Amino acid sequence: MNHNLFVVIAASAIFYGTPLFFAALGELLTERSGVLNLGVEGMMLIGALFGSWASQHVGGPSWFVVLASVLIGALAAAVLAAMYAVLAITLRVNQTVAGLALTIFAGGVGLSSYLANSWHVALRPTPHPIRKLDVLGLADTPVLGPLLFNHTMLTYVSWVLAAVGWFYLFHSRTGLRLRAVGESPQTADAMGISVAGYRYAHTILGGALAGVGGVFYSLAIVPTWVDGMTKGAGWIAIALVIFGFWRPELTLAGAYLFGALSSLSLILKARNVHINGSILDALPFLATIVVLVVMSSGSMRRRLGAPAALGVPYQREER
Amino acid sequence: MVHSHRRARVAIAALLAGAAASTAATAAARTTPPTAPSTAGTATAGTAVGSATAYADPMTNFVPDQGAKPVDCKPKDGPLKAAWVYIGPINDGGWTQAHDVGRQEVQAALGDQVVTTYKENVPEGPQVAQVLEDLIKDGNTLIFGTSFGFQDAFIDVAAKHPNVCFDFATGYKTAANVGQFYGRGEDTDYLTGMAAGAATKAGKVGYVAPFPIPEVIRGINSYALGVQATHPGATLQVVWTNTWFDPAKERAAAESLIAAGVDVVASGQDSPASGEAAKAKGLPWTGYDSDQSANFPDIWLTATNYHWGAYETARAKAVLDGTWVPGNYYGGIADGFARLAPFGKLVSADTQAKILAKQAELSAKPGSHLTGPIKDQSGKERVPAGQQISFEDLMSMNYFVEGVIGEIPSS
Repeated sequence: MNHNLFVVIAASAIFYGTPLFFAALGELLTERSGVLNLGVEGMMLIGALFGSWASQHVGGPSWFVVLASVLIGALAAAVLAAMYAVLAITLRVNQTVAGLALTIFAGGVGLSSYLANSWHVALRPTPHPIRKLDVLGLADTPVLGPLLFNHTMLTYVSWVLAAVGWFYLFHSRTGLRLRAVGESPQTADAMGISVAGYRYAHTILGGALAGVGGVFYSLAIVPTWVDGMTKGAGWIAIALVIFGFWRPELTLAGAYLFGALSSLSLILKARNVHINGSILDALPFLATIVVLVVMSSGSMRRRLGAPAALGVPYQREER
Repeated sequence: MVHSHRRARVAIAALLAGAAASTAATAAARTTPPTAPSTAGTATAGTAVGSATAYADPMTNFVPDQGAKPVDCKPKDGPLKAAWVYIGPINDGGWTQAHDVGRQEVQAALGDQVVTTYKENVPEGPQVAQVLEDLIKDGNTLIFGTSFGFQDAFIDVAAKHPNVCFDFATGYKTAANVGQFYGRGEDTDYLTGMAAGAATKAGKVGYVAPFPIPEVIRGINSYALGVQATHPGATLQVVWTNTWFDPAKERAAAESLIAAGVDVVASGQDSPASGEAAKAKGLPWTGYDSDQSANFPDIWLTATNYHWGAYETARAKAVLDGTWVPGNYYGGIADGFARLAPFGKLVSADTQAKILAKQAELSAKPGSHLTGPIKDQSGKERVPAGQQISFEDLMSMNYFVEGVIGEIPSS
């Protein structure tokens, strides 16, 4: 029953969609404040690296090591995001360029690879990986087991975060202010909201969440540090924000759709269903390109619900 | 002679991160001083099974080009400077790492007669020529290439520098100062398949495969024949990932095979991620191109490992002696190029003995596991009874043998 095609695809979608959602939720919060951070891929890799490093060096019971690894991975990526924030918010450099620079600087052939070599993190399997849980002993329940009761702790956390994110953005005062900062920083500023403060906080928070997404790769999926292991997931996450119309709950659905796409052709091929795998495999990336192109057109952006001030540095005197 | 299309690796991610292209220029270059051979990269340096005996001279498997003349690539003064150009990071846990172990072996063997350098993460593209020119400007007169897609740049640059010697892994073109080298991974793939066949209870083994090219196909066929040698009637289900290296995808492919009912998983990929999927279900696993026995102690069977160092050392010596000539090297078990990684605890003593006996046979008669009658999936006879497959047919293999489930996409 649990080897049923639908169940296998759905369970796989949730597993591989989880890191995408963490990174996308982070980018969503960052973009809601009006900052476009294209450095997600780089931040994920740094998170993955530090998570892997921490799980090899932190002592204590397994649950503690895993918790510490997730937090350290998040923290490392947050530090990177803070550096980006200085560039994008305080120094007001071009955000596209700064974000790309961040991904190159930290990415597959940059800092993360360099540190992994110097610290000998690579190819040492994580002694405390994030494993799928058997919640309430129900993992083998037909259909519902693989869908609801057999995920990693981070997957359950991501479900909570999707709900919290939705509530925060649309039903809390701070969330309202955040959206104001992203839509019209001048108005927000006039209301006495600290534009820079909100932008810094959500850019850094976005980095931390991207870091958690990275940790999912190095602690749950592989789970060993491998250079460049996120393989473009950071770019998919950026596209997901747009797919989800800047709403956490829709972004979660999008993440699972992309998670399913990433393994769908493999699942079908393993069952001897002959399809053109190349097209299916390329789909997430094609979709990403289409979305990024759409994003570059201002009017389309507005129609899809992008924050009006997205990617525009705020300067008080400028009117 | 047509060799295979190894390393036609074009990362989709690199396309998306268009920015990544610009990093070509910053591909790290590091130099190892002649007196300090590095000890890093132990993952592929594991001792081979049954390696107590000395290996044959690799140059016994080297065929010089017809009429080739020795090329003078000796430095005017000081030690020989030799450089390696890698497509991936030196710690990829597979292909590039094995090459870097080879570089370290050259350094250790020749001591202060040689200074070795490498450039890692060099993408296949116009940057290759620039990287080569830079290396030559720095005084390197022996350059090793390790990815199929570098081939044309190597040939072009070599023509401009007649006194620099180039050796290229996994391509097919040679020139006055360009040689080619690779070897019989398929022989050890057969032995690895024997371990998998002995381990499968359901008679269903799953193979996570990179690209449908001859080199990979002959490895899969050899593996399948090995599976059937120890488990008659067993099948090998193949899933293509269309990537050399994408850990998440490799794991997903292994999971999909397990969900479809296989109970032993085989990897033909550069990362060990498919082993994680097997580990989660407690299923036996065979790796590829690195020794992962320490990382997967409970499920590890064995794997094909490549050892490039002996050939590269011989070639560096030839440069120092002034005897370097272009030609083709196709190593095997006998000269230690293709080796089995250490057996895991799931491989019984009985199976180990069978595999070692076959290893001795393949060492003496390379490629003899591909002796007819061999039928393809449709039942058509491809190799007649009593005959061994010809080298040309081996190099251009484009069909699956009986017992392999899956199809080779037509290009």
